[in-house]
Amino acid sequence: MWRVVLGLVGLLALSGLSLFIGVIDLRPSALLRDSEALQLLAVSRAPRLFAVLITGASLAVAGTILQMLVRNRFVEPMTVGTGEGAALGILLVTLYAPAASLFAKIAMASATAFASTAGFLVLARRLPPTQPYMVALVGLVYGGVIGAGVTFVAYQNDLLQMIGVWVTGEFSGVLQGRYETLWLAAVAAVLCFVAADQFSILGLGHAASINLGLNYRQVILFGLLAVSLVSGLTVVSVGIIPFVGLIVPNIVSRMMGDNLRRTLPVIAMTGAGLVLVADILARVLRYPFEMPSATVLGVIGSVVFIWLLYRPARHAP
Amino acid sequence: MISVTGVSHALGGSTVLHDIELEIPKGKVTALIGPNGAGKSTLLSLIARLARHRTGRIMVDELEVGACASNTLARRLAILPQSSEIAPRLTIAELVAFGRYPHHLGRPGKHDREKVAEALTLFDLDGLAQRTLDTVSGGQRQRALLAMIFAQDTDYLLLDEPLNNLDIAASRSLMALLQRLAREHGRTVVIVLHDINYACAYADHIVTMKGGQIGPQGDAETLVDGRLMHDVFGTDAAVHRIGGQTFVAV
Ligand SMILES: Nc1ncnc2c1ncn2[C@@H]1O[C@H](COP(=O)(O)OP(=O)(O)OP(=O)(O)O)[C@@H](O)[C@H]1O
Ligand SMILES: [Mg+2]
Repeated sequence: MWRVVLGLVGLLALSGLSLFIGVIDLRPSALLRDSEALQLLAVSRAPRLFAVLITGASLAVAGTILQMLVRNRFVEPMTVGTGEGAALGILLVTLYAPAASLFAKIAMASATAFASTAGFLVLARRLPPTQPYMVALVGLVYGGVIGAGVTFVAYQNDLLQMIGVWVTGEFSGVLQGRYETLWLAAVAAVLCFVAADQFSILGLGHAASINLGLNYRQVILFGLLAVSLVSGLTVVSVGIIPFVGLIVPNIVSRMMGDNLRRTLPVIAMTGAGLVLVADILARVLRYPFEMPSATVLGVIGSVVFIWLLYRPARHAP
Repeated sequence: MISVTGVSHALGGSTVLHDIELEIPKGKVTALIGPNGAGKSTLLSLIARLARHRTGRIMVDELEVGACASNTLARRLAILPQSSEIAPRLTIAELVAFGRYPHHLGRPGKHDREKVAEALTLFDLDGLAQRTLDTVSGGQRQRALLAMIFAQDTDYLLLDEPLNNLDIAASRSLMALLQRLAREHGRTVVIVLHDINYACAYADHIVTMKGGQIGPQGDAETLVDGRLMHDVFGTDAAVHRIGGQTFVAV
């Protein structure tokens, strides 16, 4: 319990910090007398903070759900073709319906993310469960193939640069009025928490799920939908944010186990904190310039992941 | 009563159950015995709807398997499969608590917590309740799975080789518990056993299976003899009766 409280306090502190970092100098004291400062906060800094928190939390939850669906700890939406699928959807909309609304874009990105994730699930189920790394590798190759397809089509249509900007995850473009759909990802994450027991039972395997009367297909379908929706929304709004869905569920599982009813809130909080730290670093490391948060996360994420692979698990008390 | 009528089943292109007709009496311990590959696990998995049967009909009391809601059946019948590949990091207490899911659907109440505590005590798991499954021995893990099935609190229990990994004390106390559940609480237990001696000592009724078909059935005294061992298992084990009990020499 004290861990959760400590985490919340840390997250609040970081959030406060995040609001007052940026090219335009903004001090807490200015908010009281300066209406322009308030404006800056409302239009740019606060939306950015919310986008970061929602993205981190919902991707960490989506990663956990995907790991339960696949029953493998080494997968995450951005390495098994979900993120690439969403990018494909964006590309298709750009090519065939450039005037489409943001909602149409999100719907398309989520639909293609759903199709590619479902495809991966079908592939993964044919692999021997005794070889967890193989599932992860097949996911990487599968995602790579879809990604290559996206690159090829984009190249043919002179959209390579645009797609590059689209899919590299970063938060500098987040403004009031242009990120609000991301709240849907937060809703999806909350719904996953409501169904936490069902996902935990899914993790017990097919036989145990049926024995406990779970509607196995329906839970898998719901999980797939949630993962695709979160991926589609985040890729459209901020781009591909790697590693959150992979390392956060692993870290929390090692410390607290896999009872999702207990761990999902911590997973969401940790994901939000991780992306927030990455976003703050992305803004201060080369101040006054910014780099993509995805790049920072790539560095942090890969180091942490290798460390996780080599460190024996510490078990829940 | 569980009644199976006209059920055939194919796996990987070959028929592994041939037109099964079987009635399993209510309120009794029924042992299912037979050689490896006889189809015992397949039959149990069909009864418990882990796989769908395409021909015939399986009834558990008034519930038709495959037609009734899965959650309704989960409150009537529980199965412990032969091998459970449970991977998640759960404590034994958490695992056993999932046995109550069919009843509370995510909102455990006082009664659910009592049932879980009772199951933990019954299977001698109180000292291990907070340990995770990957840090306990094979037999302790098996006891945790049994406790989960027990917490599910169903009229029918299907157990596929539950004595796997259990020492003699745990095996005997499990068999005695199953007998008590049948005699005092009217529960119906179907149990796949490889050790015929356990079947003879604790089962009210024994059903044999071989080559995907039901063989002779009856109680230990009249059913189990040298000829049965030869016909069903293809081995020449001697059978002795000592003090009203049947023993197969190994
Ligand atoms: N997935 C499968 N694909 C093809 N054949 C299978 C499959 N599973 C089981 N079988 C075959 O079905 C037959 C019945 O298997 P089943 O597991 O029901 O036997 P069993 O009586 O439980 O044996 P055991 O005592 O070894 O557990 C066997 O011949 C087995 O080889
Ligand atoms: Mg078997």
